[in-house]
Amino acid sequence: MESMSKSSAKTAFTIRGMEFKNRVFVASGTFGYGDELCDLVDVVRLGGIFSKSLSWKPRMGNPPQRIVETSSGMLNSIGLANIGVHAFIDQKLPILRSLDTKIIANIAAGSIQEFCDVLTLLEKQDGVAGYEINVSCPNVQEGGLSFGTDCSKIAEITSQLRKLTEKPLIIKLTPNVTHISEFARSAESAGADALSVINTLIGMAVDIKTRKPKLSTVTGGLSGPAIKPVALAKVYEVANAVKIPIFGIGGIASVEDVIEFLLVGATAIQVGTMNFVDPGLSVKIVDGLEKYAVENNISDLGSLVGSLDANLKFSVLQSWL
Amino acid sequence: MKRIVQSYFFVESCREVALNAYLLRFVAPEIASIALPGQFVNILTSVTGEGPLLRRPFSIARIDGSSIEILFNVIGKGTSLLSQKTSGSQIDVIGPLGKSFRIDDKYDVACVVAGGIGVAPFPFLTNCLLEKNKHVETFVGFRNSTQVFVDHLQNVHIATDDGSTGFHGNVIQLFESTLNKLHSLKIKIFSCGPTVMLKALIEFAKQNNISCELSLEEHMACGVGICQGCPVKRTNGNSAYALVCKDGPIFDSREIIL
Repeated sequence: MESMSKSSAKTAFTIRGMEFKNRVFVASGTFGYGDELCDLVDVVRLGGIFSKSLSWKPRMGNPPQRIVETSSGMLNSIGLANIGVHAFIDQKLPILRSLDTKIIANIAAGSIQEFCDVLTLLEKQDGVAGYEINVSCPNVQEGGLSFGTDCSKIAEITSQLRKLTEKPLIIKLTPNVTHISEFARSAESAGADALSVINTLIGMAVDIKTRKPKLSTVTGGLSGPAIKPVALAKVYEVANAVKIPIFGIGGIASVEDVIEFLLVGATAIQVGTMNFVDPGLSVKIVDGLEKYAVENNISDLGSLVGSLDANLKFSVLQSWL
Repeated sequence: MKRIVQSYFFVESCREVALNAYLLRFVAPEIASIALPGQFVNILTSVTGEGPLLRRPFSIARIDGSSIEILFNVIGKGTSLLSQKTSGSQIDVIGPLGKSFRIDDKYDVACVVAGGIGVAPFPFLTNCLLEKNKHVETFVGFRNSTQVFVDHLQNVHIATDDGSTGFHGNVIQLFESTLNKLHSLKIKIFSCGPTVMLKALIEFAKQNNISCELSLEEHMACGVGICQGCPVKRTNGNSAYALVCKDGPIFDSREIIL
């Protein structure tokens, strides 16, 4: 006879047949390459780690000042500074593949060819569970938003990459468009397995003494709790437009925040900016979610996904969908 | 052994030691036992969510047994909240972070050159230098006499912009004028202060071929090298910036361009 297991909720879920142990992930650019925080965080407790954006060649990033704190949030203009995919494979992947959690490589590129090259190279390596495609960085001249704000480009990138991999392919969308649902549909019909919603919002801050922008690149990307209401609305819009799973992102700082994202239609979530404030937050959320499920008699957290009690008839969203 | 610790620690005291300069002391044996001079701690200034979102980085000013002291000016909301901590308050601290001063190389005199609140890392460094039997001379510049704080420093020479205490002028002028007396000795400079001062010192060290280490400051989000938010330009034309939090905050003056 099987031994009785203690009361617990099902936390796992699958994308394209790949099982993730739970729904809590850390967002690209907020957790390094995954190995740096091992002193402070028990990373194997996470559903997975989205790597810092990887490009074909190393990128030095933007000049200082790159960070500005704003009300309940922060602006960044890092400019995708990264060690490049080759150094990632040589220096980081050997450590990462030994960890019992899923590593999703985030790819950023200045051309469709570069996206394909980086993904093709990563396909040959062990230890990469899937790909998140960054077509939504607001802080670079080439690629970034010029891809993410053009439905046909998103479709083209997605379909090209789809041919190259059978692993989960996740497209990370920008909120800096009028109707994010149109972009979500483009990615879905071109073969994306899931969507990450949202990347940062374009914002700026000004030093009134010098009359200069605080960021060297004038504008940057706003993140943190300040953007959570925007992110929830975007996830809700996308969830009503597509059938593929959504990774909800935007200012998540607590178990309650995660539940909100699940209710509006996110299948899983990524903790982002709050990793800087409390590196251990994501693991605390893993524990907190299980406790929440048990206390509320929820046998599978998946039952919360998209279960919002709302009437879309009364929403402006309906006319966009 | 863990190299970085995150925990809540009890504040022992916080008091204004010079105009708008606060010395906060907290008990953190886990950090005190492993910290090196020049390293910093990243502090959440409010645990109730009422304060700024991000942590604030502070040089470790002094270690006294299992206690750590930081020295700071009140600049904004975060430092204001921190200055109001009282004995028994708890603060959320990550540390020790960053690279330390390198004190073991060969030199006869360690010259500490600091501007204003830039004195922060030097009581700790001075103590370590004295333990290594190094001779220490300290040059500190302030705007005026109300800002002077030079506790736990060694052989202190003070400059003030208005002449209200010590030498009338800036700290670089004071340092240069004193340097003649040390002519045949090999010196090493340890410095922290405003960017204009550090720039002048980098040039001075280069002209006179003197070894010089600087403690830099930059806006940070994570403090551990994750967010890439605190770049400083390298001199060697290498395509990457150095990060103040991880590659620094201590740099050789020949490594970087301010």
